Amino acid sequence: MDVIAADSLTKRYGATLAVDGISFSVPQGETVGLLGGNGAGKTTTIAMLLGLLIPTSGSVHMLGHDMAKDRFAALARMNFSSPYVSLPHRLTVEQNLRVYCHLYNVPHATRRIGELADELDLHGLLKRMAGELSAGQKTRVALAKSLINKPDVLLLDEPTASLDPDTGDLVRTWLERYRAASGCTILLASHNMPEVERLCSTVLMMKQGRIVDRGTPADLLARYGRENLEEVFLDIARNRGAVAEAL
Amino acid sequence: MLGIYASARRIWGLMYRHISLYRASWPRLLELAYWPTLQVCIWGFTASFFAARLGSPGMVAAGGLLGGVLLWEVALRTQMGLAMGFLEEIWSRNLGHVFVSPLRPLELVAALVGMSALRLLVGLIPAVLLAWALYAFNIFSLGLVLIPFVLNLMAMGWWVSLGVISLILRHGAGAEALAWSVLFGLTPFSAVFYPVSVLPASVRPIALALPSSHVFEGMRAAMATGAVAWDHLAWATGLNIVWLLAGGVLFAQQFRAARHRGALLSIGE
Repeated sequence: MDVIAADSLTKRYGATLAVDGISFSVPQGETVGLLGGNGAGKTTTIAMLLGLLIPTSGSVHMLGHDMAKDRFAALARMNFSSPYVSLPHRLTVEQNLRVYCHLYNVPHATRRIGELADELDLHGLLKRMAGELSAGQKTRVALAKSLINKPDVLLLDEPTASLDPDTGDLVRTWLERYRAASGCTILLASHNMPEVERLCSTVLMMKQGRIVDRGTPADLLARYGRENLEEVFLDIARNRGAVAEAL
Repeated sequence: MLGIYASARRIWGLMYRHISLYRASWPRLLELAYWPTLQVCIWGFTASFFAARLGSPGMVAAGGLLGGVLLWEVALRTQMGLAMGFLEEIWSRNLGHVFVSPLRPLELVAALVGMSALRLLVGLIPAVLLAWALYAFNIFSLGLVLIPFVLNLMAMGWWVSLGVISLILRHGAGAEALAWSVLFGLTPFSAVFYPVSVLPASVRPIALALPSSHVFEGMRAAMATGAVAWDHLAWATGLNIVWLLAGGVLFAQQFRAARHRGALLSIGE
């Protein structure tokens, strides 16, 4: 079953076409990467998948629910993390997580917060104000928030942006473990090519609002004759190789 | 049943977020009571001065002034409380998280209404006690009619706030100054300290379209005669229903328009 299904998804702001009729689907349990340069349409696409943004045309189905008609049924089983959206700074980490336990109707909130604190090493942070945390600590807390409801679908917008390599690796390892254990479906927008290569079974390459190529990381490397995804990314950004023919 | 429980829990979740904020900050709590208390002090001494100079008629006017101050604070604090709750989410850049949770827009409004009622209680109780202690003015002497008066003024605060939030959704954080100022602009037309008949004929229709002017006319009638002015109460309630419906429709429209424009992620920027 496709957990995420976008069909001819388009978003236009006046004369600007931010997302241009993209279609893709993600089966249950897969991690799919959304790759593209700044302004490629990744964040706009994620916002439409979350129901934060109404598409100009096209449709989104999440977990079988049409997001135009029945988004709240899907939202209860989804979650989201982005470094560009904060948690209230003047609440403690525990208070923040408790708020989201209520919003997602999570049973046994104290127990669930304890489980996440164990798994993400948050015990020392629970009583601290969210605004006092370092970037790495904030990312771990944001990840805990995004897992509070044990989501079936997780949408992550640059989950390791501004993290040092050690913390970035911890987050990636944790995401791999969580997906393997829960069967969660993950859509990941990122600029970090090694991260995408490591985590994603399929990659969607976006440029100027369109999906210009897609495939497994190995497929893409073979198609472009490159050693890593960063070189593939540059080929696409600069209209070289396979993408030039496609365009 | 499960749906009602989940809905109530989401509403409580957002209220808990704001209550936690106040529990951690005594200056925030102090700020809630500061203006109502200051207003009662200023108007209370003014009213005492007139009462001493004018005798019995002055006493009646003084009661009207203090009653007006206290009841107008109900509308002001309710309106600011609701709008500030929404602004807190913008300032903390948390709207994106809130709106990708299963929280419905109506539940968001219900949580903000609940918080505005709590803020009102905390803010107004010291002012009411001060009026009683310093000026022997007991607002509760109005009797049970005080309840519909207060509810009507709270309802007015709600719909004005829905209008303000709609403007913030439409124009971004640039419209946030309205959260503090908009209801002050309606004070001259609300007949808080004088009857509607004092106003020029050309602006009386504005006053009569506001529930507040009917509440204050009713309050003065209750103070002067002890009788309940049912006609004013009915007008205030009817107008509030109409304005609340209009505010609700405007909010729903602007919320949807914000989802079209992508403003829910960028509204604080």
